[in-house]
Amino acid sequence: MNDEAKRKPFPLPSEVGPVPGAEDWGDMYPYYMHFQPEDDKRFWFYNSMHFTNPMPAFDTITGEIAYHAMGACTTRVFAFPTALGIDWRILNGRVYITANPVTDPAEVERRLEVFQKRAGHYYENWNDIYTGWEKRMRELIISMDAIEVPELPEFEDERVVLETRGIAQNHFVLEAFQRCIQAYSVMWHHHFEMLMLGYGAYVVFFQFCKKAFPEIDDQTVARMVAGIDVLMFRPDDELKKLAARAEELGVGDVFTDDGDPDVILPAMKALGEPGERWLAALEEARRAWFNISTGDGFYHYERSWFDDLSVPLSSLKHYVKLLREGVTLERPTDQLRKERRRIISEYRALLDSEEERQAFDQVLGLSHQVFPYVENHKFYCEHWLTTRFFNKVREFGALLERYGLIEESEDIFHLHFTEVEQALSTVMTAWASGSGPVGRDHWKPIIARRKALLETLDGWQAPPALGPMPEQIEDPALQMLWGITAERLEAWSAATTEAAANEIRGYAASSGVVEGIARVVRDSGDFGDIQPGDILVCPISHPSWGPLFAKVQAAVSDIGGTMSHMAIVAREYGMPAVVGTGEATRRIRSGQRIRVDGGRGVVTLLDEAA
Amino acid sequence: MSAAPEVGILWFDDIGRADVARVGGKGASLGELVRAGIRVPPGFVVGTEAFSNFMDSADPGFELRGEVARLAAGAIEATERVTRRVRERIAQSPVGAELESALARACDAIRGAAGFAVRSSATSEDSDEASFAGLQDTYLWVPAAEVADRVRACWASLYNPESVSYRRRFGLPEDGLAMGVVMQAMVDAESAGVMFSRSPTTGDKSVVTIEGSWGLGSSVVSGEVTPDKFIVNKVTGEIIHRAIADKAIRHRRDPGGSGVLVEEVAAGRREVACLSDEDLAALVALARRCEAHYGCPQDMEWAVAGGAEGKREIYMLQSRPETVWSQRETEAVSKPREKAFEHVFSVLGGPRK
Repeated sequence: MNDEAKRKPFPLPSEVGPVPGAEDWGDMYPYYMHFQPEDDKRFWFYNSMHFTNPMPAFDTITGEIAYHAMGACTTRVFAFPTALGIDWRILNGRVYITANPVTDPAEVERRLEVFQKRAGHYYENWNDIYTGWEKRMRELIISMDAIEVPELPEFEDERVVLETRGIAQNHFVLEAFQRCIQAYSVMWHHHFEMLMLGYGAYVVFFQFCKKAFPEIDDQTVARMVAGIDVLMFRPDDELKKLAARAEELGVGDVFTDDGDPDVILPAMKALGEPGERWLAALEEARRAWFNISTGDGFYHYERSWFDDLSVPLSSLKHYVKLLREGVTLERPTDQLRKERRRIISEYRALLDSEEERQAFDQVLGLSHQVFPYVENHKFYCEHWLTTRFFNKVREFGALLERYGLIEESEDIFHLHFTEVEQALSTVMTAWASGSGPVGRDHWKPIIARRKALLETLDGWQAPPALGPMPEQIEDPALQMLWGITAERLEAWSAATTEAAANEIRGYAASSGVVEGIARVVRDSGDFGDIQPGDILVCPISHPSWGPLFAKVQAAVSDIGGTMSHMAIVAREYGMPAVVGTGEATRRIRSGQRIRVDGGRGVVTLLDEAA
Repeated sequence: MSAAPEVGILWFDDIGRADVARVGGKGASLGELVRAGIRVPPGFVVGTEAFSNFMDSADPGFELRGEVARLAAGAIEATERVTRRVRERIAQSPVGAELESALARACDAIRGAAGFAVRSSATSEDSDEASFAGLQDTYLWVPAAEVADRVRACWASLYNPESVSYRRRFGLPEDGLAMGVVMQAMVDAESAGVMFSRSPTTGDKSVVTIEGSWGLGSSVVSGEVTPDKFIVNKVTGEIIHRAIADKAIRHRRDPGGSGVLVEEVAAGRREVACLSDEDLAALVALARRCEAHYGCPQDMEWAVAGGAEGKREIYMLQSRPETVWSQRETEAVSKPREKAFEHVFSVLGGPRK
């Protein structure tokens, strides 16, 4: 490697050219999402953990509002001593982010004083605050669900006159839309309200363990922290119960591989009472637990199980098969709990003094205290509220379609939310004026072009990072959630500069060695390709992919740390997993034979040809 | 194994860690392992009393040993000259008919032993032991007929110029000098090596570090091969590090008679791991038992032999408290705070002054 390559392992933002055929990608996004010349001086990394795919214009809201809330939390609300917020940009449709550190010791000191009082209040009252948090979140979801999109009838409802309300329906079009956006924003503020403090507790425990046991691997530390009863496991648990219920009722033969509800539900109904009883059980589970995204809640097209029953239903045939083979589907929670207790007590006993053991109890206790929030918040935020939010936006899409401003309701997601407001304003004017909408054909060609752009951009392999590499990454969120550390960056940069050998390195997330056929899965649309015994290779795994883990024998991801979803699930299933490789989906092809060594964090490509 | 008491001889079964003064550290620790129920190749110790009796008859009136005591530290030539005379005297002095026949009977009592390891067993218990013991001799694959000579050679090794220089440098007395000699049935080791119940590099007590190579462990201890290295998590049993080395040579029994020869390892075997995952698990379990028995991290030697019906038999050849890290003053990882969350402030509060 020459000096130049050493100094600049990643390209500068300004050096990355457009994708051929998508030179006008920038028109999709507002000016403030574009890289600026001065951004070349900073280090950015591709947030493929949250934003795997090119961003549709509307879906940028999942970055825009999330980063408003996250930055506010660290910079302004709690005043994290060493970390301000996140800056983000879009390049060729992909989201790059950078953290703003605080490095001046006097400034850190000043912020620490503010932080201590505020963070202390939350830690001290954590459980009560979390109880209140869940209540507020449920209320928020209910209130957002209740927002009505005005129907804009020919004549206004006469009550507007007789009850002297005095405000016409077109006023409520924009008001309702803005209330949806506000609910979404409120969700994100609550999302970060406790999250960064939760990560802080994790970081403290990780550091303690690394200092006391220099050779301990991250996955073992994570096993001591992870709780057993986590909401995100519930949807999959419910499915397993539904499979068992179907067998009890003798209706287990109805399920199909594709899980098509239009086939399965009528077939159930046709079976009479047992079928009806199973359908009732399904409906109950669906209402309570199926508000779970098939992704991580960052794209409108990641529908929930609630919306697209084929996703959960497609797992049932396999679960029924396992039951008939005598396999126990329930998670062995007692055994998991016992094993966790054993590991904790053995590590504790290895400490040098009673004083250290007391400190260990404190930092582990703190991690256990924050764990339920850190794990469960996703269920309420990224899954339940987010999938409902996108559905609400679809209702506005239907309104725009009715007025002929877009071809179909789903097209609304190709407009930034401020552009949606412009389109809604057109509707409000048209309804009021009694003439047709102005510029009826304004959005349609724009949307068509954007759809084509996204397809072109989809093939672009985004560099894992841009700009000059920093020496240290101290931000706790980056370390914990994204698995980004200085060593990881070194590995990524080595991968981009050296001729690739047949190995891919990542975090050792769950130990064991397995060889098999790789199956690259980018979203739930690829689920059908998975054969039992395959090795799952994905950009990042999503909680709703739980059922997949019953089918595969190992898992590999581009992004994720040792507390990521895949790592936790893989350890529970006792299957090898390597996470945070940065490049697995780029280098591994479906059908290729690979070996996964989850204990060392190494994936080996066994055949090059495919 | 425990036969009728013989003069000067103490069986492993009858001794323990309290007997260092009578049998030396190595002998005492082997007895202790037997006591803990750990598989140790059978054997016995020629006690320190036998050594004192021998020296008193070989050097009546403390004449030669007095000269040794008067040597100045660093007087290389004088040390060479005086110690040669002591060693010559030892070589010419008879072990004694009584001890000689006791040794023969004891060796005979260990059935199936094709040869013996004869190793000196020093009595000093302090931290110098490791370095001090390293200056004395070990003989492997000694036939029963040569055992008495080797015992005498071990005794003589206390008067190597290196041993004496060491004692003079640290001002250790000559009149209290004592040594046991361990006699132990040889294990026809397929692979052997050393093991620490903590990390020798970081001191981490949650791992077991194992180094091993083909053949006798002497190739590993002497540093003649780069051994395979394994680090195993003591708590979860996971093998967290595995480095398979190119093991060019091995030590094995000299088929011509007594002693050890060095031979090349067949090309196809050199880069094969000398331990299976099952062997590693068994070794870790043994390490944990030794550690639990002593109540502190251990520094161990082991050997794996092919037993009956292809069964693998693992023997402990040595276990002694680890001395490097346990002597180090370490700062507490963290101290308890008034409130648990205060730990967060010190970690997220930036680098402290």
